[in-house]
Amino acid sequence: MNANREVLCMEPELTETPIGVATPVTPTTDTMPRRASVGRDVRNTVGTITVPNPRMEARDVNVFYGEKHALKGVSIDIGAKEVVAFIGPSGCGKSTFLRCLNRMNDTVSGCRVAGQISLDGSDIYDRKVDVVPLRAQVGMVFQKPNPFPKSIYENVAFGPRIHGLVNHRNELDELVEASLRRAGLWEEVKDRLDQPGTGLSGGQQQRLCIARTIAVSPDVILMDEPCSALDPIATAKIEELIDELSQNFSIVIVTHSMQQAARVSQRTAYFHLGHLIEVGSTRDIFTSPQHELTEDYITGRFG
Amino acid sequence: MNNSPTPNPAPAIDKVRAGLARRRAAEKRFRAYGLSGIILGLAFVATLFLSIISQGYTAFFQTEVRLPITFDPALLGIPANAPDQKALSTADYDALVKHSLAELFPKVTQRRERRQLSDLVSGGASFELRGMLLSDPSLLGRQVEVWLPAGDDVDMLMKGHFDRNAPESERRVKDNQIGWLDQLTGEERLVQRFNTTFFTAGDSREPELAGIWGAISGSFYVLLVTLSLSFPIGVAAAVYLEEFAPTNKWTDLIEVNINNLAAVPSIVFGLLGLAVFINFFGLPRSAPLVGGLVLTLMTLPTIIIASRAALKSVPPSIREAALGVGASKVQTIFYHVLPLAMPGMLTGTIIGMAQALGETAPLLMIGMVAFIVDIPQSMFDPATVLPVQIYLWADSPERAFVERTSAAIMVLLAFLIAMNFTAVLLRKRFERRW
Repeated sequence: MNANREVLCMEPELTETPIGVATPVTPTTDTMPRRASVGRDVRNTVGTITVPNPRMEARDVNVFYGEKHALKGVSIDIGAKEVVAFIGPSGCGKSTFLRCLNRMNDTVSGCRVAGQISLDGSDIYDRKVDVVPLRAQVGMVFQKPNPFPKSIYENVAFGPRIHGLVNHRNELDELVEASLRRAGLWEEVKDRLDQPGTGLSGGQQQRLCIARTIAVSPDVILMDEPCSALDPIATAKIEELIDELSQNFSIVIVTHSMQQAARVSQRTAYFHLGHLIEVGSTRDIFTSPQHELTEDYITGRFG
Repeated sequence: MNNSPTPNPAPAIDKVRAGLARRRAAEKRFRAYGLSGIILGLAFVATLFLSIISQGYTAFFQTEVRLPITFDPALLGIPANAPDQKALSTADYDALVKHSLAELFPKVTQRRERRQLSDLVSGGASFELRGMLLSDPSLLGRQVEVWLPAGDDVDMLMKGHFDRNAPESERRVKDNQIGWLDQLTGEERLVQRFNTTFFTAGDSREPELAGIWGAISGSFYVLLVTLSLSFPIGVAAAVYLEEFAPTNKWTDLIEVNINNLAAVPSIVFGLLGLAVFINFFGLPRSAPLVGGLVLTLMTLPTIIIASRAALKSVPPSIREAALGVGASKVQTIFYHVLPLAMPGMLTGTIIGMAQALGETAPLLMIGMVAFIVDIPQSMFDPATVLPVQIYLWADSPERAFVERTSAAIMVLLAFLIAMNFTAVLLRKRFERRW
């Protein structure tokens, strides 16, 4: 009986394995001719960090958590209406850098940021800058879907309400509907806007969080591994959504999935142990990386 | 299997199996410890409730005597025609009771026996008659049947707390009194009725006239002061310490001291209240206001600690979400963190309030232990509280106060259970809303 059950459980895996085998994992990279030209011990950023029309410019950003030097001299531009992907192994500083871009690191005690980050030419770490309007301009979507334990409507309405973006209930209704539509969630939830947002599925919750973020019309959306808690179907929906949103917003996405970075982004930045190693167009990064560390990572030889 | 050479004489699985019995035994033993702990605890609670209820339930009934009372102006010593209010209130109502008893028992003539006869009826009967006549002056000159409270010794005898068959010299109710009582019972003039006095009267030296309403009012005012001060202060302190305060040696010091305050014996707070509120600020002694202030000091650490725990348990992702759309810190806290922490804060507060309701020692220090007959009308009137009332009654020598003590404990426990129940209900309701 037990044996039978085990066999039954095996079946879906068996049907999946051919796909896994079919993907060209390159076990023979060692024997392949090396194309990357910059050695592993070089820590300067390779590639072009600037773009012709930047929204955000980071220059020589260093982050310290107490004594720990978490981010070392990172400089990169975020262009208008482009999707930039940050990739790299765990603990490389990509999430830390992302959280610098809307000063979410302010909430972490012992965290110190040095260097310059500007949004549309003005320094966001200036003493006079208020984080409230900054975060309205640079919105954030988190790794784990974190809707407020309130109704779906209230989740989306919260941002516009606290920023005073609307004057009437009607306007707010329209804004909530528009945001949910843009997040591709309207058709699924239009009949239950008063239901708690926490009752939705994981993928729906994450799209609700995206709707909540775009409801305040930010310029830049930061996404910190937005699909890592989702199944492949929900992930596909979010990726589609990112593609659509990039027509209006600049999007910075941190991801552990290189396929995802390749699918959604125009530019990719590779981080390694606090250093920004390589920046370039996504195609170049994945087909002809300049730096040996980048090549190690994207070919799966990073150890 | 045996053919293949095994490097290990005893494979791992055999070792696991060998230890299995011991592990199971340990598990069983541990469960037995827990279960016996719970059974022991329940047994203690059951014993407590059983002893209090069995001793106290009779206090909810009171023996009453039905007497034909004639409101005779001559007996009262007032003019028959339109006596003024002052005359009515100072008249001799005792004489009415005595006269009525004398008519029921015409054979009793001796002075000693007549006093024994009038002892059957409570000394408070005259107040009741006065109240009747004051509220309805047309009763003057008429005869009515009136239910009056019996004396506490009669009450005890009728409830069986005094042994009828004990030798007369060891008995507070004498043989001739028992004879009269039997006669009254036969005429259906002696019954036990629900004891409303117990719930509506203030304290008294006479058990049959003593009630807990004064103590309940006192407790109400004390808790009102405590709640209205300690909840906002406690929540504000917790929010500041948890959300705004920087972590440095000063906040560490404050935290350590709050935790220490929670462990300070409550009587010390009483001494502090005496020194600060009464001696320095000159607030009235025995007043619920001072009692409330003292209990606020005592409850604050409990509420602060519970509220901080509730704030800590709000997932950081909610704070990040609110900050991420550009909410300010205050907006984040008021729109999202506080509502989520509220059930925990309320639970902590109600537990603190229940603690305050049951507190005696600090109130002794500020004079709330006085014998107070009047029911307090505000938080400045002298008052006592339920647990202190229980303490006072437990000290009284009359047998009838024993059952009243237990009955007051039952009332106090009922309030505590009701408060805890409210805490659970509130929490459930809040959790459903979010």
